[in-house]
Amino acid sequence: MSKHKVDQGRRFFIKSSLLAGGGMMLAFPWLESCNFSPEQVKAMPKEWFEINGYLKIGENGLITIMSPNPEIGQNVKTSMPMLIAEELNCDWNDVIVEQAPLNSNKFFHQVAGGSTSISAAWTPLRKAGATARKMLITAAATALEVPAEELNAELGIIHHQASGRKLGFGDVASAAALLEVPEEVNLKPVNEFKIIGTSRKNVDSKKIVTGASLFGIDYKEEGMLYAGVIHPPAFGLKIKSFDASRALALSGIEAVFQFENYREGQAKGAFDIKAHQTQIAVVGRSTWEVFQAKKLVEVAYEEAGEVVNKMSMWGGRIAETKWPAALESTADHKKSMDQAAARAQVVRQDGNPDAQFSEADQVLERTYYAPYLAHNTLEPLNFFAEVTDEFARFVGPIQLPEILETALADRFELPKEKVEIMMTRIGGGFGRKLYGHFMLEAGVISKTVGKPVKLVYTREDDMTAGTYRPSYQVTYRAAIKDNKATAIHVIAGGIPESPLAADRFPAGAFDHYKAESWTVDSNITTGAFRAPRSNFIAGAEQSFLDELAEQIGKDPIEYRLELLERARTNPVGERNDYDAERYAGVLRLVKEKSAWDTPKPGVHRGVAAYFCHRSYVANVVDVVMENGRAVVDKVYAAIDCGVVINPDAATNLAEGGSVDGIGHALYSQLTFSQGKPDQDNFDAYRLIRHNEAPRDVEVHFVPSDVDPTGMGEPPFPPVMGALANALYKAEGRRLYKQPFTGSQA
Amino acid sequence: MALYTLHVNGATQTVDVDPSTPMLWVLRDHLNLVGTKYGCGIAQCGACTIHLSGVAVRSCQLPISAVGSSKVLTIEGLSEHGDHPVQVAWIKQDVPQCGYCQAGQIMTATALLNQNPNPSDQEIESAMAGNLCRCGTYIRIKKAVKEAAENL
Repeated sequence: MSKHKVDQGRRFFIKSSLLAGGGMMLAFPWLESCNFSPEQVKAMPKEWFEINGYLKIGENGLITIMSPNPEIGQNVKTSMPMLIAEELNCDWNDVIVEQAPLNSNKFFHQVAGGSTSISAAWTPLRKAGATARKMLITAAATALEVPAEELNAELGIIHHQASGRKLGFGDVASAAALLEVPEEVNLKPVNEFKIIGTSRKNVDSKKIVTGASLFGIDYKEEGMLYAGVIHPPAFGLKIKSFDASRALALSGIEAVFQFENYREGQAKGAFDIKAHQTQIAVVGRSTWEVFQAKKLVEVAYEEAGEVVNKMSMWGGRIAETKWPAALESTADHKKSMDQAAARAQVVRQDGNPDAQFSEADQVLERTYYAPYLAHNTLEPLNFFAEVTDEFARFVGPIQLPEILETALADRFELPKEKVEIMMTRIGGGFGRKLYGHFMLEAGVISKTVGKPVKLVYTREDDMTAGTYRPSYQVTYRAAIKDNKATAIHVIAGGIPESPLAADRFPAGAFDHYKAESWTVDSNITTGAFRAPRSNFIAGAEQSFLDELAEQIGKDPIEYRLELLERARTNPVGERNDYDAERYAGVLRLVKEKSAWDTPKPGVHRGVAAYFCHRSYVANVVDVVMENGRAVVDKVYAAIDCGVVINPDAATNLAEGGSVDGIGHALYSQLTFSQGKPDQDNFDAYRLIRHNEAPRDVEVHFVPSDVDPTGMGEPPFPPVMGALANALYKAEGRRLYKQPFTGSQA
Repeated sequence: MALYTLHVNGATQTVDVDPSTPMLWVLRDHLNLVGTKYGCGIAQCGACTIHLSGVAVRSCQLPISAVGSSKVLTIEGLSEHGDHPVQVAWIKQDVPQCGYCQAGQIMTATALLNQNPNPSDQEIESAMAGNLCRCGTYIRIKKAVKEAAENL
């Protein structure tokens, strides 16, 4: 067992108190991350502790575990409570899971982003369970008049081996609640886990399959009004004037007005900003009436000109960002990208790549491109808000409630304690619901009409609101001499951000390496999209390595393993941020599981591997030709994400990541004409469908006792490269431009 | 505005709404049956799928004035205790990720199995092609439909 010390300076955070019904409530501090000094804690009122992050045990032995983080489909509402239950030694069947509201004083890292939920919770949540178990055992020892060392807890029952006596957690919960918090707790080694590493069903399954109210869009309160917003149809336009008379004449419409997302002089944040900050609100008594009325508001637009944003940066610094005055089109973007690439800045250089290129027998140079993507969470942006002069209350889907709480407090000039945020189950996040401008909007509308409101975006509003996956382009170059690649040169950029990860593979595997980066400014807003940057660069890099291996006559897996062996045994440079051994591990596993060395007639295969969010994923994609059409028959995924908490749920994520990756690479794009998105609903914007999905995905995990790493995002990027490489084998042409089903100019 | 009497999930309901109001919003806003989801409003995503006289329809494109005396079945009425074989299979296969599209998927799958109790993989893929899932749970959906077919 490993000893984990409970910091005595912060022990007051672990507060136990008796509940009215005689149950026990243990409040956990998430010891690693508390921001309060002991002095501050002592000054807090007693009642404060009683609504802390907690684990409740009832008289009947039922246990309620709060799940602190937003649930976007990554299954943390099941897997995070599993961490607590593991160390508590309770029966999982006795556990009821509740979604915790935002409370930064009690919970830690209430974020759904960066595939960090489990890795950040790994130690604090297990400690929460272990601390509770120790207190329950101590209470049982007193009751049974035996030393605590003679007791052990299994499945919610505390046993005294020698006498054969036993007590349930519920029997001792009240007594345990009065005990001092233990100074030290033991955490189990991986090989003693009984819940972690076993598959447990999604705790919300029953509610999902019966249509219970669960999502933000389902949330209602008595007296609530519905609201919609109208934003300009194009980036680079703003509202000039509007006439609401026809809309106001509709039954059920209560108000139509122009509003500002920010108050005068307010600094904007990266996670609350929207491209269009002056909008029109339509408020009414039902969603349909509001949607209909929106169409009747006659709005005149004008060019916005250059927009200067006063931004609140990390550490309280204020900076200015500028959006250029333009009505941008996709055709122009391509030219801007090429021009910017010619002015790229060197980010990393090893050896003397320029000399290698001039001495090369041959230079392989390929350019890859990807369009903007809209997140298209199936649940459109929405939020419930009730804002008055005294308080602000929000309920809905938000991946980053903590950051938004600060923005909302600022917007409504309230102390943070007066801003309440309840997270609902989120109908798809993928990064889009990190950006909570819709909370500001719902709040402003509520305060203006003096009633609680539910803001709902139409699909068209959602798809044209901005915050897209950026458009990217990268050129890879390889110097080839004597049939060996001697240098790699990568020039990567995008609008408005570069996807370059200069210190990732194949950096470290080549003596001569140069990585350059460039960007293009734009007024089209972008944001994190499942595996930001990796979601493009992985596929491009892995397609290029495939073509390079072919050029020099090597098996694509063997060539990657050869490069990784070099990076492992004699790495070039010191900043390489991947573990070459674990990288090679997933390639070896996918090679074995896909029986790579045994070609199957009629099956065209491609491979790829990538490292992001601290995890390693390798894919083999099998493509077959049917009636002249390439069909993805099977995807193999080999994953090293450390300890796997809930294997079947992790498998589900990897299956979905494969489908999602293949879908976006094949079909999805958002293009622009004069600043206006050309696609605003699923008739024009393609998402992969059932009949286009791979027929099967087989997922394997590298057995590991390493602390868990990311799982939501890593399965998404590499499959795009494996797909391109398999399609090349099937159809004989390399694919450089996403979506692959579009024209390959 | 007009008064309509509807037969929803075995019960008679009366609502007073504009005749153009789609059943999706009648269900969600007026009858408080929020299991039927809004995804696109143009019958492209399938999240709003319900049964009208046993046939799967997109409720976002079904005005209340067109319903008449037809029986409406929503996800909430599929079974009393959430134990319809399709629901049971969905739980057993642990299909949902975010879960938002799943009620629509289940309603489409149930209508398919009502018409074709033993569909092939291809028939499942094609019948389910109108229901989008951004999480990419299609493979599990297919497994769940097949499992439900065995238990119906």
